[in-house]
Amino acid sequence: MKTLKITTRILLTFLCTGLISTQQIVGSDFPTAKINTTGLAVTDTEVTVGQLHSASGTMAISETGSIQAEQLAIEQINAMGGILGRKIKIIVEDGQSDWPTFAEKAKKLLVNDKVAAVFGCWTSASRKAVLPVFEKENGMLYYPTFYEGLEQSKNVIYTGQEATQQIIAGLDWIAKEKKAKTFYLIGSDYIWPRTSNKIARKHIENMLKGTVVGEEYYALGSTSFGSLINKIKLKKPDVIYAIIVGGSNVAFYKQLKAAGITSAKQTLLTISTTEDEVLGIGGENLVGFYSAMKYFQSLTNENNTKFVAAFKAKYGKNAVIGDVTQAAYLGPWLWKATVEKAGSFDIDKVAAASPGIELTTAPEGYVKLHDNHHLWSKLRIGKWRTDGQADVLYESALIEPDPFPKGYQ
Amino acid sequence: MLLAYTSSELTSIFTMQGFAGLSLFSVLLLMALGLAIIFGQMGVINMAHGEFMAAGAYTVYLCSTLTTRFAPSFQSYYFLIAIVTAFVVAASLGLLVEWGLIRFLYKRPLDTLLATWGLSLIMQQAFRSTFGAREVTPTLPDWLMGSFKPTESIDIPINGVFVMGLTLFITALVLFFTFKTRAGLRMRATVQNRVMSSAVGINTKLVDRLTFAIGCGIAGVAGAAFTTIGSTGPDSGSRYIVDTFLVVVFGGTASLLGTMASAFGIAQTQSISEFFLQGTMGKVATLLAIVIILMIRPQGLFASKVRRA
Repeated sequence: MKTLKITTRILLTFLCTGLISTQQIVGSDFPTAKINTTGLAVTDTEVTVGQLHSASGTMAISETGSIQAEQLAIEQINAMGGILGRKIKIIVEDGQSDWPTFAEKAKKLLVNDKVAAVFGCWTSASRKAVLPVFEKENGMLYYPTFYEGLEQSKNVIYTGQEATQQIIAGLDWIAKEKKAKTFYLIGSDYIWPRTSNKIARKHIENMLKGTVVGEEYYALGSTSFGSLINKIKLKKPDVIYAIIVGGSNVAFYKQLKAAGITSAKQTLLTISTTEDEVLGIGGENLVGFYSAMKYFQSLTNENNTKFVAAFKAKYGKNAVIGDVTQAAYLGPWLWKATVEKAGSFDIDKVAAASPGIELTTAPEGYVKLHDNHHLWSKLRIGKWRTDGQADVLYESALIEPDPFPKGYQ
Repeated sequence: MLLAYTSSELTSIFTMQGFAGLSLFSVLLLMALGLAIIFGQMGVINMAHGEFMAAGAYTVYLCSTLTTRFAPSFQSYYFLIAIVTAFVVAASLGLLVEWGLIRFLYKRPLDTLLATWGLSLIMQQAFRSTFGAREVTPTLPDWLMGSFKPTESIDIPINGVFVMGLTLFITALVLFFTFKTRAGLRMRATVQNRVMSSAVGINTKLVDRLTFAIGCGIAGVAGAAFTTIGSTGPDSGSRYIVDTFLVVVFGGTASLLGTMASAFGIAQTQSISEFFLQGTMGKVATLLAIVIILMIRPQGLFASKVRRA
């Protein structure tokens, strides 16, 4: 009996290796002339992609994680043999937190380097700056950040959440859990916070029957919130709804704490603060406040455990992973799955093959690309701890992406 | 918007609002002091002023990291020593820069603009290479955080009080130095008439070097103080520099009193308009007011009484 078992096992092993070796993709199975008909930078052994983030400037605090995650994913894909038998080579460009620079570098990547895909951008402003370039030169952008929606392009895959996925479920949760009726909306002064707050306001007023007692915007990089905090104290909202980005985050939360507004007395929900920002703010300054995100580093599923371990092995044990970092990690994997489904690197074929692409290995759990090039994803609510990690208190069902929500514009 | 509240609520809000204005005033003044000294006394436009602040802030961050690693029990006191260290570091950097760069450019004021701007880019890149692109925050001692509550509904942030105290102390020190010491006398003499001062035996080159170093040192202290309010990144300096120049130009160059008045005016306008309008609009209102006043009085609030040679 025992010998039989062992023989079966050996047989099985042989069978499996056989299966794998027949499935092993070799570059020569896919002649370059066939899988690349539009003159992209694809050779018999290599495919070139671009990476376009801010490694400098005010957004570097946030974008560094995305840069690292994309490079990790590409390294892992290369270790598995690459895409259609070709190793991925990265050309890294720095957008310097400056939107015209983003457009210029995007053009360089698409026109001079002929890259097959670009992983990049972070702020909506940078995406809006490069979008015409991608549409004109027919490139493919994998965009990792949660954003305001109201956009859909053949040339962009949005791996983060659009606003309704992130805002509506989060507001519903806080209204139900905290019996919240009054909200104070705060944001950095640019398109994402403004559009998001517009959606939030509609949802609060029309669906939750609550009131918005204040709505304010502060310039990017602003560090004095004294007057704002006094107004919050005067109006005593049930919930502060904060969409503050970049360096202002630290000033905002430090000053809130210094003014005695802590989670003991005040509920605060943010959709802009991930583990990345908390590293700079310091967990002790926002302990007990809530973030609404699709991903938290503390998720305990198997995919995420592996991802976190690989990330820390590459970038040091103190590295942290925020929502966008995880979404950026999905970019290269989604691209790989799509290219393999399309059997081609051609932009048009990749764009056409994108709807319906699924990943079961994503750290955030199962995701699927919608016809509108956004991902189906869950929303989670995390409560911040002093160590800069969050306890996940709530997880929604998969939410359909809806970048042009009716009744919210 | 105020009718719906009780008088006690309003009293506490106005107290806190007044404090917010004063707090912004001390921040602006601390930022501008160093620049005013260098610009006013030497005519050098130091575009790298913000980077000297960042150098001070990074010094505090370094001190904090070292303390946490080697002497955790020292945690509650390190900040005071870190401020002094920030002054020393920024001032020494200033000495070095004056010796290596600025002293060749005294006769070409516009070139100092370009040279110091280049210097600011170099310093930013140096911060980025050393400390990384992410913004950092030092661990602050507990006594600096939290708020002081004179009544149940009033919270006065302790870090604000601290920055205010520091600003008063530094301003007093600068005034004392300029008007009551021999070195200050030599500095004022050099400003008024360089050739004559040289003739009566004042080492004007040494005076220049010291003035520049002191200005940079104060910038370092300002940077150190701001770690209690915001975070520090490689380009924090360029964020501060606009406000700093605004204060100095609006106050009228070469006048410490003007700098103070201007910082006070800008801070109060901004803080009040932010309260009654909102964030961005408050800033717009402040800038508009400044533009209008500068159109009427191009020389700034307090014009320099010094006759230029």
